Amino acid sequence: MSATRYTPTAIALHWLMAVLLVGLFGVGLYMHDLPLSPWKLRVYSWHKWAGVTAFALVLARLAWRLGHRPPALPAAMPAWQQRAAHGLHHLLYLLMLAIPLSGWLMSSALGFQTVWFGVLPLPDLLAKDKELGETLKLVHMSLNFGLAALVVAHVGAAVKHHLIDRDDILSRMLPFLARR
Amino acid sequence: MTLLRPAPTLFLALLLGASAGSAGATEFGLFQPEKSSLTFVSKQMGVPVDGKFKKFAATLAFDPARPAAASAKFDLDLASIDAGSKDANDEVVGKAWFNLKAFPTASFVSTAVKPLGGDKYELAGKLSIKGKTQDVTAPFVFRQEGGNGVFDGGFVLKRLDFAVGDGIWSDVSAVANEVQIKFRIVAAPAAPRK
Repeated sequence: MSATRYTPTAIALHWLMAVLLVGLFGVGLYMHDLPLSPWKLRVYSWHKWAGVTAFALVLARLAWRLGHRPPALPAAMPAWQQRAAHGLHHLLYLLMLAIPLSGWLMSSALGFQTVWFGVLPLPDLLAKDKELGETLKLVHMSLNFGLAALVVAHVGAAVKHHLIDRDDILSRMLPFLARR
Repeated sequence: MTLLRPAPTLFLALLLGASAGSAGATEFGLFQPEKSSLTFVSKQMGVPVDGKFKKFAATLAFDPARPAAASAKFDLDLASIDAGSKDANDEVVGKAWFNLKAFPTASFVSTAVKPLGGDKYELAGKLSIKGKTQDVTAPFVFRQEGGNGVFDGGFVLKRLDFAVGDGIWSDVSAVANEVQIKFRIVAAPAAPRK
């Protein structure tokens, strides 16, 4: 049976992720050049904990996705747009996995273990290596700007579908927008 | 004994050699800086962060046959700190932490060495950091390895006892008050007696 809308779980996971990603991105931009202070240590810790949470959440989303096919794209959409939409979604998932991983590895290489909410220590996959740490910092940052660009495209496409194509692409993820 | 005098190591070693007791006992007194280490673990937001001091000098005399007569003095070049990151290294030289301009070194002078049985001992002494002096005790293990004497020990230092990290940093939920200090001192036997 082909679904015509997203499950409430998929919708909840999507928006939870959206809030987390926007928050993480903003905090990341804010914190990276703070002068060292207890506040900075605290903000970094929160950022890392939220990042680990986002990673867990994307795994949960992928697991849910495996068991629940999303609704098909509108048949009226040109084939190239359908391909572009699928490609963009794949890239979004790829970056949602790669960004927390790069942050975790960067943290290990810089000599700061990640302990989720101060309770669950994640293993350091890399030994301390300052140069590698600096490289991974650059990787983490670049991937983030990549994700930000993709999110802009994602949001832009959703708005375009809603306002110009006047289809149900946006409203099936935001049910209160549904046209009757 | 006058072991605590800031005498040049060689002179001190000769002195110790000349005054050493019964035959067969070996007194370890020649500090081997390249084999020794002074490391610490601070806790930031509950996460251990490794650090070390790259430069420190030790003047010591230890004869396992006469531990009560042992003595040690450490002088620590605080500028040689590696607190785990560039950010931290830039920060700890400042007034809130070590105030390096006013207090470039920290020192420890032993007052007693007590055998705890087996190869375990306890070192007691006075630790001076940032113009403040406190009594500290540190258990250590002594072993002989490749002809050298190796002292492995450590203790927990409460940084706020020395006003290290005061002001905003006195918030111990960000950086814990307790800092685990670990030392590994390697000393060769003092110059043989004539």
